[in-house]
Amino acid sequence: MTALLTPALIGQIINVFAAVLLLVSFAMLAQRRILSLIDLFAAQGLVLCLSTAFVAWATGQTHLYWSAGLTFLLKVLLLPWILHRLIRRLNVKWDVETLINIPTTMLVGLVLVIFAFNLAQPVSELAGTVTRGTLGIALAAVLLAFLMMITRSKAVPQVIGFLAMENSLFFAATAATYGMPMVVELGIALDVLVGVVILGVFFFQIRERFDSLDIRHLEKLREE
Amino acid sequence: MNWEIVAVLGIPLAGGAALAAAGHRRWAAELNVALSIATFVAAGALTGRVVRTGPILAFEEQFFVDPLNVFLVALTAFVAMTTSMFSRPYMRIEEDHGRLSAARLRLYHSMYQLFVFTMLLTLLTNNMGILWVALEAATLTTVLLVSLYRSPASLEAAWKYFILCGVGIAQALFGTILLYMASQKLIGSGIDALLWTHLAGVRSQLEPTVLSIAFVFLLVGYGTKVGLVPLHNWLPDAHAEGPTPVSAVLSGLLLNVALYALVRCKVLADGALGTPFAGRLMMGFGIASVVVAAFFLSRQRDVKRLFAYSSIEHMGLVTFAFGMAGPVASFAGLLHMTVHSLTKSAIFFAVGHATQKTGTQVMEDIRGLMRARPTIGWGLIIGTVAILGVPPFGVFASEFLILTSAMRQEPWATPFLLLALGVAFAAVLSKVQPMVFGDTSEKFPPGRLPHQPALLPVFAHYAIVLTLGLYMPPYLADWYREAARLIG
Amino acid sequence: MISWSGAVAQLTELVLAILLAPLLLGWVNQCRAWLQNKSGPGVLRPYLMLRRLFAKDAIVAHGASPLFRVVPYVLFGAMAMAAAIVPTLGTDLPYAPAADAIALVGILALARVALALAAMDVGTAFGSLGARREMMVGFLAEPALLMVLFTASLISHTTSLATTVETLSQRELAIYPSLAFAGVAFTMVSLAENARIPVDNPSTHLELTMIHEAMILEYSGRHLALVEWAASLKLFVYSCIGIALFFPFGIAQGGDATGLLLALPALVLKLGIGGFLLALIETLSAKMRIFRAPEFLGTAFILAVLALLLHAFLETS
Repeated sequence: MTALLTPALIGQIINVFAAVLLLVSFAMLAQRRILSLIDLFAAQGLVLCLSTAFVAWATGQTHLYWSAGLTFLLKVLLLPWILHRLIRRLNVKWDVETLINIPTTMLVGLVLVIFAFNLAQPVSELAGTVTRGTLGIALAAVLLAFLMMITRSKAVPQVIGFLAMENSLFFAATAATYGMPMVVELGIALDVLVGVVILGVFFFQIRERFDSLDIRHLEKLREE
Repeated sequence: MNWEIVAVLGIPLAGGAALAAAGHRRWAAELNVALSIATFVAAGALTGRVVRTGPILAFEEQFFVDPLNVFLVALTAFVAMTTSMFSRPYMRIEEDHGRLSAARLRLYHSMYQLFVFTMLLTLLTNNMGILWVALEAATLTTVLLVSLYRSPASLEAAWKYFILCGVGIAQALFGTILLYMASQKLIGSGIDALLWTHLAGVRSQLEPTVLSIAFVFLLVGYGTKVGLVPLHNWLPDAHAEGPTPVSAVLSGLLLNVALYALVRCKVLADGALGTPFAGRLMMGFGIASVVVAAFFLSRQRDVKRLFAYSSIEHMGLVTFAFGMAGPVASFAGLLHMTVHSLTKSAIFFAVGHATQKTGTQVMEDIRGLMRARPTIGWGLIIGTVAILGVPPFGVFASEFLILTSAMRQEPWATPFLLLALGVAFAAVLSKVQPMVFGDTSEKFPPGRLPHQPALLPVFAHYAIVLTLGLYMPPYLADWYREAARLIG
Repeated sequence: MISWSGAVAQLTELVLAILLAPLLLGWVNQCRAWLQNKSGPGVLRPYLMLRRLFAKDAIVAHGASPLFRVVPYVLFGAMAMAAAIVPTLGTDLPYAPAADAIALVGILALARVALALAAMDVGTAFGSLGARREMMVGFLAEPALLMVLFTASLISHTTSLATTVETLSQRELAIYPSLAFAGVAFTMVSLAENARIPVDNPSTHLELTMIHEAMILEYSGRHLALVEWAASLKLFVYSCIGIALFFPFGIAQGGDATGLLLALPALVLKLGIGGFLLALIETLSAKMRIFRAPEFLGTAFILAVLALLLHAFLETS
């Protein structure tokens, strides 16, 4: 079956995955509703998992199968579940408010994508993997997630932006290096999980104090 | 069997778990102190062994101990121990004042030990990936500690801390990925490609373009945790709003450990690039931190924020020193890391008790500490004088060495440094002096503190700093020189 | 030199477009009715409407300038020319050297400007309203359309439409995510430009929701007939562009006579499927509020630019 795949076809299929990842990142940027945002995040995790599994199949690196499985469990099932539960218990289902309007955000996102592509060009030529062309897309997705974080005024979308950034970094790792060693990946996964748990606790504290998860309440500390 | 490493890492880890279960009991603080003492003893044993027999590679090369990180391990364990001694009465007083509950103390104690664990792991690991994981974990353990008081300001500080450091460290992850990519071509896939010792071995053959981009990301990422300007925004808030022992360990330990991570990366970048690119970047960020922090000092009204900016300034100075490179500059940088860590944590101890006594952190409202409580007053003024670089304290020695190396190697930087140090001196002293001397304010809550404040750690730290300033034992000097040589 | 088969192909395409465009419109309306469980007006309805309109007198308002009378012809002419340039049956067309992607967009823009001017000419409220909205939609849709065409041009290294289609149809089967993105963007743009749901409702006459209908409110008789014919031609042209760029199988290469004969049923089949899909999209979506239209088109633009970037970055490295 693997003989069916010419290197060109493998590269193209991986390009498709990367393109879908970029599309999902843009969709998250343009999304107004929190529940859809979480579902898009789960979709991003799914794309990640599938692309890792595909690379594992096409290049024969079996440790990537474990990686894909870990991604699936954590980012497609566990984290969205935790986030959904959090939203339900916090009783927040509002529309996301943005600091600058959505079309402008998308245009800025476009500029970031161009910047990321330029930045990654020399690096991707040096990588030794079949997926190296997608390093620029991974970096672009990281920057888009970062943009999402800074243009949102509520806490939960900021966190989702943060998690999306981790997702894109993971994709970058797969693109550039066929994934980090398992130990490191497990460590990163643990960090992410603990981070979300801590954030969950944190949200309750914020909610308790401010009766709202609007970040603008948290901007009172200034230089005196 | 490398029992020292097992002990150094295992004791805080087990302690964290134990305190998670029992941290609300009355003897939790004593247990915390005991665990820290045990960790320090293990660290001492490890240090002794490395000094005697040279660098150690342990557990299939996953852990690496050389003179550079062993001295930081010893320093970390020591300051963690003295901070735990300080925190014992401090947290009790906080509990009695009603600002904390037993449940929160449980969180505090267990996170404290886990935090020490993550820092020691960062120092001892040979794996750049695990380094990242541990440093991120260090942020995670302290986030909830910064928000311990649950006030709006502390929640904001903790949120900023989490988000800014999280974003920063994500950049560092990208840098690590690029590093792995570069090393994969030479060493092949698998965990060996992430081991620092292997990377250092092949560093001259690493791809320069990749390493330069990787270093920039690593500098931005780890630099956020060091508190370099312009990535320092989280630092003053986290220091001001968290409980004082947390401020002490953040300033005294976490900044050092993050800088250590950065220095390890710099060694690789220097080897790969051959140009002083990495050093110049570090110098730039360092100088910016020193100057910006110095000028912000005069605007502060909160005493902990004041000393937080002082930390930014000093870490900028150390970054600058490491950026300059060269035996004297690196030696001075290492010395400065040590004395700053000891002095700053001692200052925070004194400040902590001062704020407890006076009930406020606003500097204008604190007056005449010397009359109200002489030991606290002396503790604060000696510390201030020490951190500002007055001889014969150790800070003067290290700052002098840094300045003289700057005059020789990077003369353009000297006026900025001198100006910044001068401005800082004036700003801090002018604010602290009325706090310590002068008439006692009427607004102080009367009576003594419910528990005897622990001022022994304060003066113990000062004694060490004074000794280092007056006379550096030859073995210590050799040790520093050896470590400086490893930095390049 | 202009080859005979090329000239025949060109003429056939033009005549075919003019004749078949109302049929396409009828087909779309019929499919929409079927999807909504109605019996529908019949596929030939637009022809009946055209015949009826041509038979009536054209009433022109008192204050209308000569522009008002001329525009329907300009419109029809522009659309016919556009239909002539787009390679629907064959790629060896005599107009090919001038049949630039940019020229195509220019012709469409000419048509749009002409209609907007005519709408404002009479001075009624609805006219200006429609004209303003149309220009807003056009302002955003044109760059998106250009980007889509540029993506195709980058792949074929030329902006000439005929060459582009030839290159795209001769490619071996390969997955190009950039074309997928461009396809989605193109669909969104054509929905906006042809005044279809979700951007504009072609059968509404409510002030709040009209764009295209508002502009042609003053026309009657043969003028209206020409304008309606031009609108259906526009839909035909857009569908053909979409087919030519994204599903170019079956289009005759060169001046092959049998190829041309085969291309015709292929075209009809593809248009039929396309029309059905359009009706499906219209049935499944709700009309957006007017001020969301910029967002919709902005998304199309972003997708088109992404397609361009993806191609430049991914598929040429």
